[in-house]
Amino acid sequence: MTDTGWFEADGATASIRAGSAESPASWPRLAVDRGVVPDEDAYYDALHEATVAAARAAVESAEQADDRQLIHAIRALDDCRRTANELAERLAEWGGTVDPDAGTGVAYARTLLETEADLSGPAADRVHSLAERVVALEDEADALEAHVDRQAPIVAPNLAALAGPQLAARLISLAGGLESLAKKPSGTVQVLGAEEALFAHLRGHASSPKHGVIFTHEAVRGTRMADRGSAARALAGKLAIAARIDHYSGDRRPELEAEFADRLETIRARATAEDDGSSPADDTESDGHTEGDTHGGGQ
Amino acid sequence: MTSDTVDPTLPEGVERRPIDGVDRLATRGEPVYGEPTDGEWRAWDPSRSKLGAMLEVGMDTGLEGGEVVLYLGAASGTTVSHVADFAGPTYAVEFAPRPTRDLLSVAESRPRLFPLLKDARRPATYAHVVEADVDVLIQDVATRGQAAVANRNRQFLADDGRLLLAVKARSEDVTADPEAVFEDVKATLEREYEILEATRLEPHHDDHLAVVACPRVD
Repeated sequence: MTDTGWFEADGATASIRAGSAESPASWPRLAVDRGVVPDEDAYYDALHEATVAAARAAVESAEQADDRQLIHAIRALDDCRRTANELAERLAEWGGTVDPDAGTGVAYARTLLETEADLSGPAADRVHSLAERVVALEDEADALEAHVDRQAPIVAPNLAALAGPQLAARLISLAGGLESLAKKPSGTVQVLGAEEALFAHLRGHASSPKHGVIFTHEAVRGTRMADRGSAARALAGKLAIAARIDHYSGDRRPELEAEFADRLETIRARATAEDDGSSPADDTESDGHTEGDTHGGGQ
Repeated sequence: MTSDTVDPTLPEGVERRPIDGVDRLATRGEPVYGEPTDGEWRAWDPSRSKLGAMLEVGMDTGLEGGEVVLYLGAASGTTVSHVADFAGPTYAVEFAPRPTRDLLSVAESRPRLFPLLKDARRPATYAHVVEADVDVLIQDVATRGQAAVANRNRQFLADDGRLLLAVKARSEDVTADPEAVFEDVKATLEREYEILEATRLEPHHDDHLAVVACPRVD
């Protein structure tokens, strides 16, 4: 037997979902020859039952990876990170009194454990134990980050592809769910996470925020200051569309990323154009008609 | 079948029938997406289906009815439901879970339609299920590298089989001229296939190229 068909493994459903073969073979004939089914009609009946069951199981497990779960994961990640940092500060302060080589931050907690530093005094055990908690929390944060990286593309494939899994999860978390993110205008998406600055602006004593949490995206952070507002607006526009596709249809649309890459290139070309002393072409129209979006944040 | 509905380019089981007063492509099966019906016949809308458009514009698909089909990019099953109505065993590969839920309800009333939640770019993940030497490979995937996907799935197709491919220019490169994209796609495709016919699908689908090809046999 050179190759093994789905029907030869234990558990037809699991085999269809997880199995593989280097190349196809005449499975219906082989199944009959090997005595698995009496004839090809019976083979196709069994195949239908098994593929429908496998697809249903796969769809159901994908649907359990819902946006609520993702929100819990990203918030737990932020809590772990913040707490680890807070405790690490306390540790550095305390450690400094008993350990002449005390460093700072989570890195110090790791060093303290790795070098098995010989601390003296009645508090030595407690300092050591605290370092263990800091490192464990940081490790949990890393594990949660890996989890978010895996789950976000399942929950919101287009949003995760465009924003990266972490930012996608943060946007969903800030909006309170994928559905409510899908219903937000792009101007709101642009300033999600900058509520404080936005309300200061609305009270009338600050300029409007150019970006919220999407500042962490390379397209915004990596663009020169003068053009960041444009980059943030363009990114937010595509993110809003991606969230709508993810919520309403679930299809994968790779062209969104390409469209955004193209738009970003135009925006960044302004810097080059100004260096050359000429004004960039075809760059006014698409800025003009999205201008009003920056005020959509109050919705 | 009455004589005025016979069309040599249509496979058996697909007919042009007057539905709601207009002559439309139709197949026989359970309705799935609210399409107009006439008795057991249900209309096949060419602007919702690339394969429907290929038949509508009169491409020679070589389809006869009753074939074994591997369909890549089944989505929610709009087109694949019609294919399963006139073809034989039909393997329907779709990557996204959400549309697959709709595909499942299409498959329920069609005992020879086999839904597979798999990535068409990775044939090894379904080669233990899909049989060798299928008669027709139909592909309509919206991913970059559509020609490469077709080439990778050549292994399933019988030497005398057909590839029916819909290429979406925007999936390859949104900024490039569609004609340039189509030339690239055809060049890549020719490593594994001989192209018999290539036609744009306007007005039914913008910036789509339909290709009928057969495998190169060396």
